Amino acid sequence: MTKTSFPLAGAALLVPLLAPFLGTPLAAQDLGAPIPQDQQVESVPVEGEDDGPLRGTVTDESAWSDIGIAIPAFATDANKPTPANEAGTGALGREISRVITANLRNNGLFKPVGPDSLPAPGFPQITAPVYDTWSGRGAEMLVQGYVRARDDGKLVVGCYLYDVALKNQLVREGWVVAPGDWRRAAHKCSDLIFSRLTGESPFFDSRIAYIAETGPKDRRVKRLAVMDSDGANHRFLTLGSATALTPRYSPDYSKILYLSYVDGNPRIYVYDIGSGKQTLVTENRNPTIAPRWSPDGRSILFSMAVAGNTDIYRIPATGGRAIKLTDNPGIDVGGSFSPDGTKIVFESDRSGSQQCYIMNADGTDQKRISFFGGRCATPEWSPRGDQIAFTRIAGDFNVAVMSTSGGGMRVLTNGWQDEAPTWAPNGRIIQFFRTEKNTGRSGIWQVDLTGQNERRLPTPVDASDPAWGPIRP
Amino acid sequence: MNRKIATILLLASATGLAACAKKAPETLPPVAEAPAPAPAPTMAPPPLPPSGPAVGTQEHFAQAVGSSTTIYFDTDRFNIDTQDAAALQAQAQYFARYPQITFTIEGHADERGTREYNLALGEKRADSAHAYLVSLGVDSSRISVVSYGKERPVALASDEAAWAQNRRAASVIINR
Repeated sequence: MTKTSFPLAGAALLVPLLAPFLGTPLAAQDLGAPIPQDQQVESVPVEGEDDGPLRGTVTDESAWSDIGIAIPAFATDANKPTPANEAGTGALGREISRVITANLRNNGLFKPVGPDSLPAPGFPQITAPVYDTWSGRGAEMLVQGYVRARDDGKLVVGCYLYDVALKNQLVREGWVVAPGDWRRAAHKCSDLIFSRLTGESPFFDSRIAYIAETGPKDRRVKRLAVMDSDGANHRFLTLGSATALTPRYSPDYSKILYLSYVDGNPRIYVYDIGSGKQTLVTENRNPTIAPRWSPDGRSILFSMAVAGNTDIYRIPATGGRAIKLTDNPGIDVGGSFSPDGTKIVFESDRSGSQQCYIMNADGTDQKRISFFGGRCATPEWSPRGDQIAFTRIAGDFNVAVMSTSGGGMRVLTNGWQDEAPTWAPNGRIIQFFRTEKNTGRSGIWQVDLTGQNERRLPTPVDASDPAWGPIRP
Repeated sequence: MNRKIATILLLASATGLAACAKKAPETLPPVAEAPAPAPAPTMAPPPLPPSGPAVGTQEHFAQAVGSSTTIYFDTDRFNIDTQDAAALQAQAQYFARYPQITFTIEGHADERGTREYNLALGEKRADSAHAYLVSLGVDSSRISVVSYGKERPVALASDEAAWAQNRRAASVIINR
């Protein structure tokens, strides 16, 4: 990579800093082994009865949260060996049902009953369910499916949702996945069920970038890490010798923007998942922080301090000239695009304390929208466009939502320090990180928009700065 | 006559310092006692006690200026107050005496702020110290600035006293 020029500080000053890295790419020092790139999941038609008459979905939350769903083990046409499960496709079918059950249960959706307490239907029954078996168990909905190993080693997973009382198939879909991607079929099936029953957009088949934290409070190691939406397929991307912060997945999952101190200063890098290499977002002597993608992935927002003062800039993702969007003696930082890319919500302390502002994507027409008590920080525009999640600081730090004009503020969490909300791809669930008083230990939590269903995500070590990516391709 | 006025001013400023209660519970910097602006020793630094820390180390700097290696800020503020100014004057004297030394000003924030805002705030604090030192004659090219936001606390409790110690800009000698 090319070397940054250092117009502001003397070269003599920088030599000791850079000396250990001479001869190797400066930015590559803290990177671990690359991880596999995201693959496309192919949909295939699966056999089954014709869809019944079109019916409305149940949109009243209190109604669908009580729906009992039976999810017996997925069947297989013939138990064949597969790299996805050492016991073969039969055992894999049961695993897929378990993942679907856990997805629904952990998110407070419906009343799922999993394969470990249900009889396992045979392969022929997948398309012709024995309804009386399930109505006798009090199930209102039935999820069945199968796994079939193709000759090329790939897996076909079929997923069927039946209405037990109406004895009717509601929806079915099938996917071809590589054996290593078998969990994605379970997530696709979870999304199919969720969307069909609630009328909402899917969210399970998505990934989360975050910061993994270890060590004592004054010597905390912070590494870039990624995982599936349910915490599976966890990978560390950096080794931990340099502090990493605030990652953001690109909309197509091919890159991650994040901040690293790898050259001694806070700077934003674009990490390319396919090559496992990274580049600076802008060749510049100034510190750059708070990276964000535009919804189409073509632009990057970042905040840069010049002579101490931080403003927000936009730059093409392919590189080029940065455009300064804010020009203010206060701290302007962060930013989050509206889903259509025309507006940006950001935080600024120009009024004396952190508050949330909206501007056009070109920086014009900046106006404050938060006028309730307390401060407004880290605003994130919902993928549905109608709400903004933010960190509300009023004594404690809590995650809250408001309309895009700043009205209807609702506080969703009540931790001591809950900050940095990130939206699920469907805009129904928010993740954030919660820091413990005194110990400084942190974890990723999520809460739904009712504020009722709150839980901690399982991570191998402490965690912060979650960034939820979109539905995978 | 002039000397008398200077003494009065010095005393007055010392009283003002003692009355300022915003700070972390720390002893006042020992600035006033030894002004000693040694007449530009551009060649060799003065001899040290045989067992003392070497010039160019943080230990030597800390021994010379005491607690004045670090200045402290009020919540969400980045201005240089009289106490900060006194500490930075002590630093400036040290850096004038050892012109070969380069150093980094590390800006920090307490944990009661959001992560990105605190990175920006730490930058402002470090820049304030930087600008003040430059105004006192320290060459800007000798000073590097970095913000750690709330990522590197020195006091680990979650209370006002700890936060006051963490809202700081610390000058750190770059070892050669």
